[in-house]
Amino acid sequence: MTVPAVLGHLFPLTGAVLVGLGLCGFITLRHPLRQLLAVNVIGAGIFLILGGLGRGEGVTDPYPQALVITGIVVSVALTALGTAMIARLSEDRRAAGSGPDQPKDQDP
Amino acid sequence: MSPLDLLVAAPLAFMVAALVAGQGGRWLILAAGPVMLALSAWLVVLPPGVAHLVGDWDLPLGILLRADGVARLLVPATSACFVAVALYAWHEFSPKAGAETARAHTFWPMLYLMWGGSNAGYLTTDLFNLYVTIEMVSLAAVAMAAMGSLAAGLQYFLIALVGSLAYLLGVALLASHYDTVDATLLAVRARPDLPTLMAITVMTAGLLVKTALFPLHGWLPPAHAAAPAPASALLSAVVIKLGFVILLRLWFEAFAEIIRPAAMDLLGGMGALAILYGSVQAIRQERLKLLVAYSTVAQLGYLFLAFPLIANAQNPAEPWAAVLVHAVSHMLAKAAMFLAAGLMLKAVAGDRISDLAGLARAMPLSVTAFALAAISLAGLPPSGGFTAKFLLLHAAIEQGRVVPAAVLVIGGLLGAVYLFRPLSVAFSGSAAPAVRAEAPLRVAAPLALASLAIALGFAGMTLIELSSVAAPPAVAGPVQAEPGR
Repeated sequence: MTVPAVLGHLFPLTGAVLVGLGLCGFITLRHPLRQLLAVNVIGAGIFLILGGLGRGEGVTDPYPQALVITGIVVSVALTALGTAMIARLSEDRRAAGSGPDQPKDQDP
Repeated sequence: MSPLDLLVAAPLAFMVAALVAGQGGRWLILAAGPVMLALSAWLVVLPPGVAHLVGDWDLPLGILLRADGVARLLVPATSACFVAVALYAWHEFSPKAGAETARAHTFWPMLYLMWGGSNAGYLTTDLFNLYVTIEMVSLAAVAMAAMGSLAAGLQYFLIALVGSLAYLLGVALLASHYDTVDATLLAVRARPDLPTLMAITVMTAGLLVKTALFPLHGWLPPAHAAAPAPASALLSAVVIKLGFVILLRLWFEAFAEIIRPAAMDLLGGMGALAILYGSVQAIRQERLKLLVAYSTVAQLGYLFLAFPLIANAQNPAEPWAAVLVHAVSHMLAKAAMFLAAGLMLKAVAGDRISDLAGLARAMPLSVTAFALAAISLAGLPPSGGFTAKFLLLHAAIEQGRVVPAAVLVIGGLLGAVYLFRPLSVAFSGSAAPAVRAEAPLRVAAPLALASLAIALGFAGMTLIELSSVAAPPAVAGPVQAEPGR
Protein backbone atom coordinates (compact mmCIF):
# COMPACT_ATOMS: atom_id res chain seq x y z
CA MET A 1 0.00 0.00 0.00
CA THR A 2 1.44 3.37 -0.95
CA VAL A 3 0.61 6.55 0.88
CA PRO A 4 1.47 10.07 -0.37
CA ALA A 5 4.70 11.39 1.11
CA VAL A 6 2.84 14.24 2.81
CA LEU A 7 1.05 11.71 4.97
CA GLY A 8 4.32 9.95 5.88
CA HIS A 9 4.29 11.33 9.37
CA LEU A 10 0.58 11.03 9.92
CA PHE A 11 0.77 7.89 12.07
CA PRO A 12 3.60 9.00 14.38
CA LEU A 13 2.01 12.44 14.82
CA THR A 14 -1.37 10.91 15.66
CA GLY A 15 0.45 8.66 18.08
CA ALA A 16 2.11 11.67 19.72
CA VAL A 17 -1.30 13.34 20.12
CA LEU A 18 -2.67 10.17 21.73
CA VAL A 19 0.26 10.02 24.16
CA GLY A 20 -0.37 13.64 25.13
CA LEU A 21 -4.11 13.09 25.57
CA GLY A 22 -3.55 9.97 27.64
CA LEU A 23 -1.00 11.64 29.89
CA CYS A 24 -3.35 14.58 30.38
CA GLY A 25 -6.14 12.19 31.30
CA PHE A 26 -3.93 10.24 33.69
CA ILE A 27 -3.01 13.40 35.57
CA THR A 28 -6.46 15.04 35.70
CA LEU A 29 -8.73 12.02 36.27
CA ARG A 30 -9.12 10.59 39.76
CA HIS A 31 -11.03 7.35 39.29
CA PRO A 32 -8.58 4.44 38.91
CA LEU A 33 -10.57 2.89 36.06
CA ARG A 34 -10.38 6.13 34.08
CA GLN A 35 -6.68 6.38 34.86
CA LEU A 36 -6.19 2.84 33.59
CA LEU A 37 -8.02 3.72 30.36
CA ALA A 38 -5.87 6.84 30.01
CA VAL A 39 -2.78 4.64 30.35
CA ASN A 40 -4.16 2.45 27.57
CA VAL A 41 -4.54 5.53 25.36
CA ILE A 42 -0.86 6.33 26.01
CA GLY A 43 0.01 2.76 25.09
CA ALA A 44 -1.99 2.94 21.86
CA GLY A 45 -0.18 6.15 20.95
CA ILE A 46 3.22 4.57 21.54
CA PHE A 47 2.35 1.54 19.42
CA LEU A 48 1.18 3.86 16.63
CA ILE A 49 4.46 5.78 16.78
CA LEU A 50 6.47 2.57 16.76
CA GLY A 51 4.52 1.00 13.90
CA GLY A 52 4.22 4.23 11.91
CA LEU A 53 7.92 5.06 11.98
CA GLY A 54 8.75 1.59 10.69
CA ARG A 55 6.65 2.07 7.55
CA GLY A 56 8.92 2.53 4.54
CA GLU A 57 8.49 3.23 0.82
CA GLY A 58 6.14 0.49 -0.29
CA VAL A 59 7.79 -2.03 1.99
CA THR A 60 7.16 -2.38 5.70
CA ASP A 61 9.89 -3.09 8.23
CA PRO A 62 8.81 -6.18 10.22
CA TYR A 63 11.05 -5.36 13.19
CA PRO A 64 8.92 -2.59 14.77
CA GLN A 65 5.84 -4.70 14.11
CA ALA A 66 7.27 -7.57 16.11
CA LEU A 67 7.97 -5.13 18.95
CA VAL A 68 4.43 -3.72 18.75
CA ILE A 69 2.89 -7.19 18.96
CA THR A 70 4.94 -8.04 22.04
CA GLY A 71 4.05 -4.68 23.54
CA ILE A 72 0.33 -5.27 22.98
CA VAL A 73 0.53 -8.65 24.71
CA VAL A 74 2.20 -7.08 27.74
CA SER A 75 -0.32 -4.24 27.76
CA VAL A 76 -3.31 -6.60 27.62
CA ALA A 77 -1.95 -8.67 30.51
CA LEU A 78 -1.35 -5.60 32.66
CA THR A 79 -4.75 -4.08 31.84
CA ALA A 80 -6.40 -7.33 32.91
CA LEU A 81 -4.50 -7.26 36.21
CA GLY A 82 -5.41 -3.60 36.72
CA THR A 83 -9.13 -4.06 36.09
CA ALA A 84 -9.16 -7.11 38.37
CA MET A 85 -7.58 -5.06 41.15
CA ILE A 86 -9.99 -2.16 40.63
CA ALA A 87 -12.98 -4.53 40.67
CA ARG A 88 -11.74 -6.20 43.87
CA LEU A 89 -11.13 -2.86 45.55
CA SER A 90 -14.62 -1.69 44.68
CA GLU A 91 -16.14 -4.95 45.99
CA ASP A 92 -14.19 -4.61 49.22
CA ARG A 93 -15.36 -1.04 49.71
CA ARG A 94 -18.95 -1.93 48.96
CA ALA A 95 -18.75 -4.84 51.40
CA ALA A 96 -17.38 -2.48 54.02
CA GLY A 97 -20.45 -0.29 53.36
CA SER A 98 -18.53 2.94 53.17
CA GLY A 99 -20.89 4.82 50.85
CA PRO A 100 -19.59 5.59 47.34
CA ASP A 101 -16.99 3.03 46.33
CA GLN A 102 -14.55 5.50 44.81
CA PRO A 103 -13.56 9.12 45.21
CA LYS A 104 -15.76 11.40 43.13
CA ASP A 105 -14.86 12.21 39.57
CA GLN A 106 -14.36 15.71 38.40
CA ASP A 107 -16.77 15.53 35.48
CA PRO A 108 -20.45 16.02 36.13
CA MET B 1 22.99 -25.00 27.42
CA SER B 2 24.63 -22.18 29.28
CA PRO B 3 23.95 -20.78 32.74
CA LEU B 4 22.87 -17.54 31.07
CA ASP B 5 19.82 -19.25 29.56
CA LEU B 6 19.11 -21.37 32.56
CA LEU B 7 19.14 -18.47 35.02
CA VAL B 8 16.13 -17.09 33.15
CA ALA B 9 14.48 -20.33 32.08
CA ALA B 10 14.69 -22.22 35.38
CA PRO B 11 12.67 -19.73 37.50
CA LEU B 12 10.03 -19.55 34.78
CA ALA B 13 9.84 -23.35 34.73
CA PHE B 14 9.47 -23.30 38.52
CA MET B 15 6.74 -20.66 38.13
CA VAL B 16 4.73 -22.97 35.88
CA ALA B 17 5.40 -25.88 38.22
CA ALA B 18 4.22 -23.80 41.20
CA LEU B 19 1.01 -22.91 39.34
CA VAL B 20 0.38 -26.56 38.56
CA ALA B 21 1.29 -27.72 42.05
CA GLY B 22 -1.19 -25.29 43.64
CA GLN B 23 -1.22 -25.97 47.37
CA GLY B 24 2.10 -27.79 47.28
CA GLY B 25 3.81 -24.90 45.48
CA ARG B 26 5.96 -24.03 48.45
CA TRP B 27 7.78 -27.38 48.34
CA LEU B 28 9.37 -26.39 45.04
CA ILE B 29 11.81 -24.06 46.77
CA LEU B 30 13.63 -27.15 48.05
CA ALA B 31 14.58 -27.83 44.43
CA ALA B 32 14.67 -24.25 43.18
CA GLY B 33 16.95 -22.94 45.94
CA PRO B 34 19.93 -25.27 45.34
CA VAL B 35 19.50 -25.13 41.55
CA MET B 36 19.47 -21.34 41.41
CA LEU B 37 22.32 -20.90 43.88
CA ALA B 38 24.41 -23.36 41.86
CA LEU B 39 23.61 -21.55 38.60
CA SER B 40 24.53 -18.21 40.21
CA ALA B 41 27.84 -19.63 41.41
CA TRP B 42 28.48 -20.98 37.92
CA LEU B 43 27.81 -17.51 36.49
CA VAL B 44 30.36 -15.93 38.83
CA VAL B 45 33.16 -18.29 37.80
CA LEU B 46 32.49 -18.15 34.05
CA PRO B 47 35.47 -16.87 32.05
CA PRO B 48 35.19 -13.13 31.31
CA GLY B 49 33.49 -12.10 28.10
CA VAL B 50 31.04 -14.98 27.98
CA ALA B 51 27.96 -14.03 25.99
CA HIS B 52 25.10 -15.96 24.52
CA LEU B 53 22.72 -15.15 21.68
CA VAL B 54 19.27 -16.51 22.45
CA GLY B 55 18.14 -18.91 19.72
CA ASP B 56 21.34 -18.13 17.76
CA TRP B 57 19.76 -15.06 16.18
CA ASP B 58 22.48 -12.55 15.37
CA LEU B 59 22.40 -8.92 16.46
CA PRO B 60 20.71 -6.53 15.75
CA LEU B 61 17.64 -8.79 15.80
CA GLY B 62 18.77 -11.31 18.37
CA ILE B 63 18.83 -10.95 22.11
CA LEU B 64 22.23 -10.95 23.75
CA LEU B 65 22.71 -12.34 27.25
CA ARG B 66 26.09 -11.78 28.81
CA ALA B 67 27.88 -12.21 32.10
CA ASP B 68 29.32 -8.79 32.90
CA GLY B 69 30.30 -7.41 36.29
CA VAL B 70 26.82 -6.09 37.03
CA ALA B 71 25.25 -9.51 36.47
CA ARG B 72 28.01 -11.36 38.33
CA LEU B 73 27.37 -9.27 41.45
CA LEU B 74 23.60 -8.84 41.33
CA VAL B 75 22.46 -12.29 40.20
CA PRO B 76 24.00 -14.17 43.17
CA ALA B 77 22.79 -11.51 45.62
CA THR B 78 19.29 -11.73 44.16
CA SER B 79 19.33 -15.52 44.43
CA ALA B 80 20.45 -15.31 48.06
CA CYS B 81 17.59 -12.87 48.77
CA PHE B 82 14.99 -15.04 47.09
CA VAL B 83 16.11 -18.22 48.85
CA ALA B 84 16.14 -16.53 52.27
CA VAL B 85 12.78 -14.86 51.68
CA ALA B 86 11.32 -18.17 50.54
CA LEU B 87 12.55 -19.90 53.71
CA TYR B 88 10.90 -17.16 55.74
CA ALA B 89 7.70 -17.26 53.69
CA TRP B 90 7.55 -21.07 53.94
CA HIS B 91 5.41 -20.82 57.04
CA GLU B 92 3.61 -17.56 56.29
CA PHE B 93 2.36 -18.66 52.88
CA SER B 94 1.49 -22.24 53.69
CA PRO B 95 -2.06 -23.52 53.11
CA LYS B 96 -2.44 -24.38 56.82
CA ALA B 97 -1.86 -20.87 58.06
CA GLY B 98 -5.53 -19.97 58.25
CA ALA B 99 -8.05 -18.40 55.91
CA GLU B 100 -5.43 -16.90 53.62
CA THR B 101 -5.15 -19.91 51.32
CA ALA B 102 -5.51 -17.79 48.18
CA ARG B 103 -2.32 -15.97 49.12
CA ALA B 104 -0.52 -19.24 49.63
CA HIS B 105 -1.49 -20.15 46.09
CA THR B 106 -0.45 -16.89 44.46
CA PHE B 107 2.68 -15.97 46.38
CA TRP B 108 4.89 -18.77 45.06
CA PRO B 109 4.32 -18.37 41.29
CA MET B 110 4.81 -14.61 41.76
CA LEU B 111 8.10 -15.22 43.55
CA TYR B 112 9.43 -17.26 40.62
CA LEU B 113 8.12 -14.77 38.04
CA MET B 114 9.97 -11.97 39.80
CA TRP B 115 13.09 -14.13 40.06
CA GLY B 116 13.15 -14.95 36.36
CA GLY B 117 12.35 -11.38 35.37
CA SER B 118 15.06 -9.81 37.46
CA ASN B 119 17.68 -12.33 36.30
CA ALA B 120 16.75 -11.63 32.68
CA GLY B 121 17.02 -7.91 33.41
CA TYR B 122 20.55 -8.22 34.79
CA LEU B 123 21.77 -10.37 31.91
CA THR B 124 20.29 -8.85 28.77
CA THR B 125 21.49 -5.85 26.79
CA ASP B 126 18.42 -5.55 24.57
CA LEU B 127 16.44 -2.47 25.61
CA PHE B 128 13.10 -3.84 24.43
CA ASN B 129 13.73 -7.11 26.22
CA LEU B 130 14.45 -5.01 29.30
CA TYR B 131 11.00 -3.46 28.92
CA VAL B 132 9.47 -6.93 29.00
CA THR B 133 11.52 -7.85 32.08
CA ILE B 134 10.54 -4.72 34.03
CA GLU B 135 6.90 -5.47 33.25
CA MET B 136 7.32 -9.07 34.42
CA VAL B 137 8.87 -7.87 37.66
CA SER B 138 6.27 -5.09 38.08
CA LEU B 139 3.43 -7.54 37.58
CA ALA B 140 4.73 -9.77 40.34
CA ALA B 141 5.59 -6.77 42.52
CA VAL B 142 2.13 -5.23 42.19
CA ALA B 143 0.45 -8.51 43.04
CA MET B 144 2.68 -8.84 46.14
CA ALA B 145 2.09 -5.23 47.20
CA ALA B 146 -1.67 -5.75 46.81
CA MET B 147 -1.51 -8.61 49.36
CA GLY B 148 -1.03 -5.95 52.04
CA SER B 149 -3.10 -3.02 50.85
CA LEU B 150 -5.09 -3.14 47.63
CA ALA B 151 -5.28 0.65 47.44
CA ALA B 152 -1.51 1.10 47.81
CA GLY B 153 -0.95 -1.70 45.30
CA LEU B 154 -3.25 -0.07 42.78
CA GLN B 155 -1.52 3.28 43.15
CA TYR B 156 1.84 1.58 42.68
CA PHE B 157 0.48 -0.29 39.65
CA LEU B 158 -0.74 2.83 37.82
CA ILE B 159 2.42 4.79 38.48
CA ALA B 160 4.65 1.88 37.48
CA LEU B 161 2.59 1.46 34.31
CA VAL B 162 3.12 5.07 33.25
CA GLY B 163 6.82 4.76 34.09
CA SER B 164 7.26 1.71 31.90
CA LEU B 165 5.27 3.26 29.06
CA ALA B 166 7.57 6.30 29.13
CA TYR B 167 10.46 3.86 28.87
CA LEU B 168 8.71 2.06 25.99
CA LEU B 169 8.23 5.37 24.16
CA GLY B 170 11.99 5.90 24.30
CA VAL B 171 12.60 2.38 23.03
CA ALA B 172 10.19 3.05 20.14
CA LEU B 173 12.07 6.20 19.16
CA LEU B 174 15.41 4.38 19.29
CA ALA B 175 14.11 1.38 17.35
CA SER B 176 12.93 3.52 14.46
CA HIS B 177 15.99 5.78 14.54
CA TYR B 178 18.77 3.20 14.75
CA ASP B 179 17.03 -0.03 13.69
CA THR B 180 18.35 -1.72 16.81
CA VAL B 181 17.70 -1.53 20.51
CA ASP B 182 20.75 -3.44 21.67
CA ALA B 183 22.82 -1.43 24.15
CA THR B 184 26.15 -2.70 22.82
CA LEU B 185 25.28 -1.68 19.23
CA LEU B 186 23.81 1.66 20.32
CA ALA B 187 27.08 2.44 22.08
CA VAL B 188 28.71 2.44 18.63
CA ARG B 189 25.91 3.99 16.59
CA ALA B 190 24.44 6.63 18.89
CA ARG B 191 24.61 10.26 17.76
CA PRO B 192 23.73 13.29 19.90
CA ASP B 193 20.68 14.35 17.85
CA LEU B 194 17.18 15.35 18.91
CA PRO B 195 15.40 11.94 18.70
CA THR B 196 18.17 10.29 20.71
CA LEU B 197 18.13 12.96 23.41
CA MET B 198 14.33 12.78 23.59
CA ALA B 199 14.51 9.02 23.89
CA ILE B 200 17.11 9.18 26.69
CA THR B 201 15.02 11.77 28.54
CA VAL B 202 11.72 9.88 28.51
CA MET B 203 13.41 6.54 29.27
CA THR B 204 15.30 8.02 32.21
CA ALA B 205 12.18 9.73 33.56
CA GLY B 206 10.19 6.50 33.33
CA LEU B 207 12.90 4.48 35.04
CA LEU B 208 13.36 7.06 37.80
CA VAL B 209 9.66 6.74 38.59
CA LYS B 210 10.03 2.97 38.85
CA THR B 211 13.20 3.28 40.92
CA ALA B 212 11.48 5.84 43.18
CA LEU B 213 14.25 8.43 43.19
CA PHE B 214 13.28 11.58 45.11
CA PRO B 215 11.02 13.48 44.19
CA LEU B 216 9.33 10.57 42.37
CA HIS B 217 9.28 8.33 45.44
CA GLY B 218 5.72 9.04 46.66
CA TRP B 219 4.32 5.60 45.88
CA LEU B 220 7.11 3.63 47.59
CA PRO B 221 6.61 4.00 51.37
CA PRO B 222 2.88 3.09 51.48
CA ALA B 223 3.28 0.15 49.07
CA HIS B 224 6.41 -1.26 50.72
CA ALA B 225 5.23 -0.73 54.29
CA ALA B 226 1.78 -2.27 53.84
CA ALA B 227 2.84 -5.51 52.13
CA PRO B 228 3.47 -8.72 54.14
CA ALA B 229 7.09 -8.95 55.35
CA PRO B 230 8.45 -11.33 52.67
CA ALA B 231 6.83 -9.23 49.93
CA SER B 232 8.20 -5.99 51.42
CA ALA B 233 11.65 -7.54 51.50
CA LEU B 234 11.50 -8.45 47.81
CA LEU B 235 9.99 -5.10 46.79
CA SER B 236 12.61 -3.04 48.58
CA ALA B 237 15.58 -5.29 47.89
CA VAL B 238 15.10 -6.58 44.36
CA VAL B 239 12.37 -4.77 42.41
CA ILE B 240 13.71 -1.23 42.52
CA LYS B 241 17.24 -2.41 41.62
CA LEU B 242 16.13 -3.43 38.15
CA GLY B 243 15.27 0.13 37.07
CA PHE B 244 18.62 1.23 38.44
CA VAL B 245 20.50 -1.45 36.47
CA ILE B 246 18.77 -0.37 33.25
CA LEU B 247 19.78 3.23 33.98
CA LEU B 248 23.39 2.08 34.40
CA ARG B 249 23.17 0.34 31.00
CA LEU B 250 21.77 3.48 29.38
CA TRP B 251 23.98 6.11 30.96
CA PHE B 252 27.32 4.34 31.08
CA GLU B 253 27.11 1.93 28.17
CA ALA B 254 24.65 2.77 25.38
CA PHE B 255 24.89 6.56 25.59
CA ALA B 256 28.08 7.11 27.56
CA GLU B 257 29.48 9.32 24.77
CA ILE B 258 26.38 11.48 24.47
CA ILE B 259 25.31 12.32 27.99
CA ARG B 260 26.52 15.70 29.18
CA PRO B 261 28.10 16.32 32.60
CA ALA B 262 25.21 18.65 33.54
CA ALA B 263 22.76 15.74 33.23
CA MET B 264 25.01 13.59 35.43
CA ASP B 265 25.11 16.40 38.02
CA LEU B 266 21.30 16.70 37.91
CA LEU B 267 20.91 13.00 38.67
CA GLY B 268 23.58 13.23 41.38
CA GLY B 269 21.77 16.20 42.93
CA MET B 270 18.48 14.30 43.00
CA GLY B 271 20.36 11.46 44.69
CA ALA B 272 21.77 13.82 47.32
CA LEU B 273 18.30 15.24 48.04
CA ALA B 274 16.91 11.71 48.25
CA ILE B 275 19.50 10.81 50.92
CA LEU B 276 18.67 13.86 53.04
CA TYR B 277 14.89 13.77 52.56
CA GLY B 278 14.57 10.01 53.01
CA SER B 279 16.71 10.04 56.15
CA VAL B 280 14.81 12.93 57.74
CA GLN B 281 11.47 11.26 56.94
CA ALA B 282 12.76 7.97 58.36
CA ILE B 283 13.71 9.74 61.60
CA ARG B 284 10.17 11.13 61.88
CA GLN B 285 8.31 7.84 61.41
CA GLU B 286 6.48 6.21 64.31
CA ARG B 287 5.83 2.91 62.52
CA LEU B 288 8.72 0.50 62.06
CA LYS B 289 7.97 -0.64 58.51
CA LEU B 290 7.52 2.94 57.27
CA LEU B 291 10.90 3.77 58.81
CA VAL B 292 12.49 0.91 56.88
CA ALA B 293 10.67 1.97 53.69
CA TYR B 294 11.88 5.58 53.97
CA SER B 295 15.36 4.22 54.59
CA THR B 296 15.05 2.62 51.13
CA VAL B 297 14.27 6.06 49.66
CA ALA B 298 17.43 7.39 51.32
CA GLN B 299 19.67 4.46 50.35
CA LEU B 300 18.58 4.71 46.71
CA GLY B 301 19.99 8.22 46.76
CA TYR B 302 23.53 6.85 47.15
CA LEU B 303 23.16 4.87 43.94
CA PHE B 304 22.48 8.07 42.00
CA LEU B 305 24.83 10.31 43.96
CA ALA B 306 27.53 8.11 42.44
CA PHE B 307 26.63 8.90 38.82
CA PRO B 308 28.62 12.16 38.50
CA LEU B 309 31.40 10.65 40.62
CA ILE B 310 31.78 7.80 38.11
CA ALA B 311 31.59 10.12 35.10
CA ASN B 312 34.27 12.50 36.36
CA ALA B 313 36.62 10.05 38.03
CA GLN B 314 40.24 9.57 37.01
CA ASN B 315 39.77 5.89 37.65
CA PRO B 316 36.05 5.26 37.15
CA ALA B 317 36.44 1.58 38.03
CA GLU B 318 36.51 2.52 41.72
CA PRO B 319 33.19 4.44 42.07
CA TRP B 320 31.66 1.96 39.58
CA ALA B 321 32.59 -0.86 41.95
CA ALA B 322 31.29 1.23 44.87
CA VAL B 323 27.86 1.71 43.36
CA LEU B 324 27.51 -2.01 42.57
CA VAL B 325 28.70 -3.04 46.03
CA HIS B 326 26.20 -0.60 47.49
CA ALA B 327 23.41 -2.11 45.40
CA VAL B 328 24.33 -5.62 46.54
CA SER B 329 24.77 -4.80 50.21
CA HIS B 330 21.58 -2.75 50.30
CA MET B 331 19.78 -5.67 48.71
CA LEU B 332 20.96 -8.12 51.38
CA ALA B 333 20.67 -5.77 54.34
CA LYS B 334 17.27 -4.35 53.41
CA ALA B 335 15.75 -7.79 52.83
CA ALA B 336 17.17 -8.89 56.21
CA MET B 337 15.80 -5.79 57.91
CA PHE B 338 12.27 -6.19 56.53
CA LEU B 339 12.22 -9.88 57.50
CA ALA B 340 13.51 -9.15 61.00
CA ALA B 341 11.01 -6.31 61.36
CA GLY B 342 8.26 -8.66 60.22
CA LEU B 343 9.19 -11.21 62.88
CA MET B 344 9.33 -8.62 65.64
CA LEU B 345 6.08 -6.88 64.70
CA LYS B 346 4.23 -10.17 64.39
CA ALA B 347 5.44 -11.20 67.85
CA VAL B 348 4.27 -8.02 69.55
CA ALA B 349 1.14 -7.68 67.36
CA GLY B 350 1.72 -4.00 66.75
CA ASP B 351 3.37 -1.84 64.13
CA ARG B 352 4.83 1.03 66.14
CA ILE B 353 8.44 1.42 67.17
CA SER B 354 7.32 1.91 70.78
CA ASP B 355 5.78 -1.58 70.73
CA LEU B 356 9.27 -3.08 70.53
CA ALA B 357 10.17 -2.16 74.12
CA GLY B 358 12.25 -4.85 75.80
CA LEU B 359 12.16 -7.12 72.79
CA ALA B 360 15.94 -7.66 72.78
CA ARG B 361 15.47 -10.01 75.73
CA ALA B 362 12.56 -11.94 74.28
CA MET B 363 13.78 -12.21 70.67
CA PRO B 364 17.57 -11.87 70.78
CA LEU B 365 18.17 -13.42 67.34
CA SER B 366 15.69 -11.23 65.47
CA VAL B 367 17.02 -8.09 67.12
CA THR B 368 20.57 -9.22 66.28
CA ALA B 369 19.61 -9.66 62.61
CA PHE B 370 18.04 -6.19 62.62
CA ALA B 371 21.16 -4.72 64.22
CA LEU B 372 23.55 -6.39 61.76
CA ALA B 373 21.46 -5.13 58.83
CA ALA B 374 21.47 -1.65 60.41
CA ILE B 375 25.29 -1.70 60.64
CA SER B 376 25.55 -2.28 56.89
CA LEU B 377 22.83 0.23 56.01
CA ALA B 378 24.34 2.96 58.16
CA GLY B 379 27.74 2.27 56.59
CA LEU B 380 29.60 1.28 59.74
CA PRO B 381 32.68 -0.92 59.32
CA PRO B 382 33.06 -3.78 58.65
CA SER B 383 30.24 -4.21 56.15
CA GLY B 384 29.41 -4.03 52.46
CA GLY B 385 27.72 -0.69 53.08
CA PHE B 386 30.91 0.69 54.61
CA THR B 387 33.07 -0.48 51.68
CA ALA B 388 30.71 1.17 49.19
CA LYS B 389 30.40 4.46 51.06
CA PHE B 390 34.13 4.59 51.73
CA LEU B 391 34.93 4.16 48.03
CA LEU B 392 32.37 6.84 47.11
CA LEU B 393 33.75 9.24 49.71
CA HIS B 394 37.27 8.55 48.45
CA ALA B 395 36.19 9.35 44.88
CA ALA B 396 34.40 12.55 45.97
CA ILE B 397 37.42 13.82 47.91
CA GLU B 398 39.81 12.88 45.10
CA GLN B 399 37.74 14.99 42.70
CA GLY B 400 37.51 17.86 45.18
CA ARG B 401 33.72 17.69 45.26
CA VAL B 402 32.67 19.06 48.61
CA VAL B 403 28.89 18.66 48.32
CA PRO B 404 28.76 14.92 47.59
CA ALA B 405 31.38 14.31 50.28
CA ALA B 406 29.35 16.30 52.82
CA VAL B 407 26.13 14.51 51.84
CA LEU B 408 27.86 11.14 52.26
CA VAL B 409 29.00 12.03 55.77
CA ILE B 410 25.70 13.63 56.85
CA GLY B 411 23.71 10.78 55.29
CA GLY B 412 25.76 8.28 57.29
CA LEU B 413 25.06 10.19 60.52
CA LEU B 414 21.34 10.50 59.81
CA GLY B 415 21.25 6.80 58.92
CA ALA B 416 22.79 5.94 62.27
CA VAL B 417 20.17 8.13 63.99
CA TYR B 418 17.10 6.53 62.42
CA LEU B 419 18.42 2.98 62.65
CA PHE B 420 19.55 3.37 66.25
CA ARG B 421 16.09 4.43 67.45
CA PRO B 422 14.25 1.09 67.03
CA LEU B 423 17.27 -0.71 68.48
CA SER B 424 17.45 1.51 71.54
CA VAL B 425 13.72 0.91 72.15
CA ALA B 426 14.24 -2.85 71.79
CA PHE B 427 17.06 -2.79 74.35
CA SER B 428 15.17 -0.55 76.79
CA GLY B 429 12.74 -1.63 79.48
CA SER B 430 13.39 -4.00 82.34
CA ALA B 431 10.74 -6.64 81.70
CA ALA B 432 10.80 -8.79 78.58
CA PRO B 433 7.38 -8.91 76.92
CA ALA B 434 5.77 -12.34 76.78
CA VAL B 435 6.06 -13.44 73.15
CA ARG B 436 6.22 -16.80 71.49
CA ALA B 437 9.67 -18.30 71.08
CA GLU B 438 11.45 -17.58 67.80
CA ALA B 439 11.14 -20.29 65.19
CA PRO B 440 14.74 -21.16 64.27
CA LEU B 441 14.10 -21.57 60.53
CA ARG B 442 12.43 -18.19 60.21
CA VAL B 443 15.08 -16.29 62.17
CA ALA B 444 17.79 -18.01 60.13
CA ALA B 445 16.69 -16.17 56.96
CA PRO B 446 17.24 -12.56 58.15
CA LEU B 447 20.32 -13.59 60.14
CA ALA B 448 21.94 -15.21 57.11
CA LEU B 449 21.20 -12.23 54.85
CA ALA B 450 22.45 -9.69 57.39
CA SER B 451 25.60 -11.74 58.00
CA LEU B 452 26.23 -11.84 54.24
CA ALA B 453 25.91 -8.04 54.10
CA ILE B 454 28.50 -7.80 56.88
CA ALA B 455 30.74 -10.42 55.23
CA LEU B 456 30.85 -8.34 52.04
CA GLY B 457 32.94 -5.89 54.05
CA PHE B 458 35.76 -8.47 54.14
CA ALA B 459 35.61 -9.24 50.42
CA GLY B 460 36.27 -5.74 49.08
CA MET B 461 39.01 -6.62 46.58
CA THR B 462 37.12 -9.62 45.16
CA LEU B 463 34.02 -7.48 44.65
CA ILE B 464 35.97 -4.73 42.90
CA GLU B 465 37.54 -7.27 40.55
CA LEU B 466 34.17 -8.88 39.84
CA SER B 467 32.54 -5.53 39.12
CA SER B 468 35.13 -4.72 36.44
CA VAL B 469 34.50 -7.90 34.42
CA ALA B 470 33.45 -6.87 30.90
CA ALA B 471 32.73 -3.35 32.17
CA PRO B 472 31.72 -0.83 29.48
CA PRO B 473 34.63 1.33 28.22
CA ALA B 474 33.29 4.42 29.98
CA VAL B 475 33.90 2.89 33.38
CA ALA B 476 36.90 0.67 32.74
CA GLY B 477 39.67 2.23 34.76
CA PRO B 478 43.23 2.68 33.50
CA VAL B 479 44.36 0.44 36.35
CA GLN B 480 42.06 -2.48 37.06
CA ALA B 481 43.15 -3.02 40.64
CA GLU B 482 45.76 -1.16 42.62
CA PRO B 483 48.06 -3.72 44.21
CA GLY B 484 48.99 -1.44 47.12
CA ARG B 485 45.49 -1.33 48.62
